[in-house]
Amino acid sequence: MRHALLIAGRDLRERARDRTAYLLAVVLPLGLAGIFSLVLGNLADGEVFHYVVADSDRGEIARTFTGDVLGQAASSGAIEVRSVSSEQEARALVDDGAATAAFLLPAGLTQDVLAGRAARIEVVGDVDAPTGTQVARSLAGSYADRLAAVRVAVAATVHSGVTTDPSLLSVEAAAALPQTAVATDTTARRELDAKTRYAAGMAVFFLFFAVQSGVTGLLDERRTGTLARLLAAPVRRSSILAGKILTSVAVGLVSTTLLIFATSLLMGAHWGNPAGVALLVVTGVLAATGVMAVVAASARTAEQASGWQAITAIVLGALGGAFFPVAQAGGLLEQLSPIAPHHWFLRGLADLAGGGSVLPAAAAMTAFAVVTGSIALVLFRKVVRP
Amino acid sequence: MTVLSCSGLRRRFGDVLAVDDVSFTIGEGETYGLLGPNGAGKTTTISMITGVLERDAGEVVVAGVPMSTRTVAAKRLVGYVPQELALYPDLTGRENLRFFASLHGAARSRVEHVLGVVGLADRADDLAREYSGGMKRRLNVAIGLLHEPKLLVLDEPTAGVDPQSRNQIIENVRTLAAGGMAVLYTTHYMEEAERLCDRVGVIDSGRLVAEGTRRELVERLGERDRISLQLEGDLARAAAVAGAVPSVHGVSAHGHGLELVVDDAREALPAVLSAISTGGAVVRAAEFDEPNLETVFLHLTGKALRE
Repeated sequence: MRHALLIAGRDLRERARDRTAYLLAVVLPLGLAGIFSLVLGNLADGEVFHYVVADSDRGEIARTFTGDVLGQAASSGAIEVRSVSSEQEARALVDDGAATAAFLLPAGLTQDVLAGRAARIEVVGDVDAPTGTQVARSLAGSYADRLAAVRVAVAATVHSGVTTDPSLLSVEAAAALPQTAVATDTTARRELDAKTRYAAGMAVFFLFFAVQSGVTGLLDERRTGTLARLLAAPVRRSSILAGKILTSVAVGLVSTTLLIFATSLLMGAHWGNPAGVALLVVTGVLAATGVMAVVAASARTAEQASGWQAITAIVLGALGGAFFPVAQAGGLLEQLSPIAPHHWFLRGLADLAGGGSVLPAAAAMTAFAVVTGSIALVLFRKVVRP
Repeated sequence: MTVLSCSGLRRRFGDVLAVDDVSFTIGEGETYGLLGPNGAGKTTTISMITGVLERDAGEVVVAGVPMSTRTVAAKRLVGYVPQELALYPDLTGRENLRFFASLHGAARSRVEHVLGVVGLADRADDLAREYSGGMKRRLNVAIGLLHEPKLLVLDEPTAGVDPQSRNQIIENVRTLAAGGMAVLYTTHYMEEAERLCDRVGVIDSGRLVAEGTRRELVERLGERDRISLQLEGDLARAAAVAGAVPSVHGVSAHGHGLELVVDDAREALPAVLSAISTGGAVVRAAEFDEPNLETVFLHLTGKALRE
């Protein structure tokens, strides 16, 4: 172990003098996370949509939509809602760009709904705010769908002969509508906010580059001749391997920890409970080291290893959701995502943010580390093979 | 006392038999040159001796301790200077030495000592990448000396260095050998081998094809030193008196000169000149030709050493 520490200490001393290492391990991920957060974060959680409602109905259905559906959304901070006196005023505000979209609730809306007649909520959107308009349409659409479902359920109940007052049924159904919004909110809290997400994504993406130096160092030493010198020294070969792995792990831990502090201070990222984050970082670093060690051990030269490692880091990073939430893409991409340690690192942080346990994610990354580390050790034996 | 004993070393890489039945010994204070063209098997032999490479057959014993890739005890007795500049460029000279000193368990004071030995004490805190080629070579040698090995193995230690650094390295090796260290030395420079080595082994296609002192190898080829003289006076009488000198084995006349075959030209020349002068002839010019290792090498391998 003493020799392994000596070898790792030497590697780290040399690494500390390499400015490229700082660039790759800290500056670049921090910069990219900041840029992503600035450019894309506003779309996700920075921009507030301003809606106006022209309620010409003033009935139960209109009040439920305005008060409960829009009210719930407004309480999340994603939208602002205010009432205006007329459709004309609402349209004018949208035309002027003062409102993102307008909900027009026509007179007789409640009566039409309760009577089972065709009814409509009109959404007027700003052509320059497609995202906000789409969100407004979704809110109105989901409410309309819910009303239709309730109406079918009520009709079925009445026709079945159960002696229940239809008006009472509709009121009870209407009262149940906001539950949909509550359920959506619960899901949202299990996700990372945009700043944290991009900070974590970049941290885990560049972690794979940070750890490569240690394990690839063995190939470098073979090229420069220092490996022969180490092999001729009274040092066990296992100590040489252990020293290189220690280097990777130390660089990974230091760079990720620095990034966590930097993104918290500079970007306002919220990583979550320190103990949970520490467990995810340690297991994530081990998994990244294992994966990169397998790639390095499969290569013939340090240059070849670096190329393969870059490809591996980018592919796994994209699959694992380091750049964008893969779940949004769905399909095969979403199914493949768990093969990347990045997926588990980000999932662990999301679970932590939602009050869940990081153990499943930590266990998955530990499994990655054990499997890839074992393969790497077998493969690396050929590098130091007598 | 024998410091290094190799016997029956063999190593195969796939279909290529890189080293085949190589055996030799090196005694205390002896410098042994291992000569051979590129690809002859020198580095493979050295790698087996230093415990870097496993051997297929044979035995290596260093100061009574068997060497293998896993034997830590034997490795403590060997200092290895690889052909490459096996240094860490982003560490200073002193940091490089301290790192290897720690690996070998050598005292910190040895770092300062070897810095002085190789003449790098005043540049010890500069990064190795800032050193000249010659300084890097000297640092490369210094690392091999840190733990005061019984056997020093140097693989082309002067390749590509300036004359000043080369002379310093050669003098360092001489001093170490004079102090009792056994030295195994490979080089492409024949004059280095002749200056330094007490004995040489010529390796070709993985086999040790000849071994001995320079003179032994030259004589084995049937070659002898020659002295050529330009004379004025009685050529026949001069040939007779020169032929009577004990170390002279043959005399032939041509034009105004004589050519003598002798054991050792440098030793024989004063006696020959004295005899000819006594015989009444005047020597106008003298030169001698000593068959060297290059001749031996060319004869044994059919190649020049630098091919």
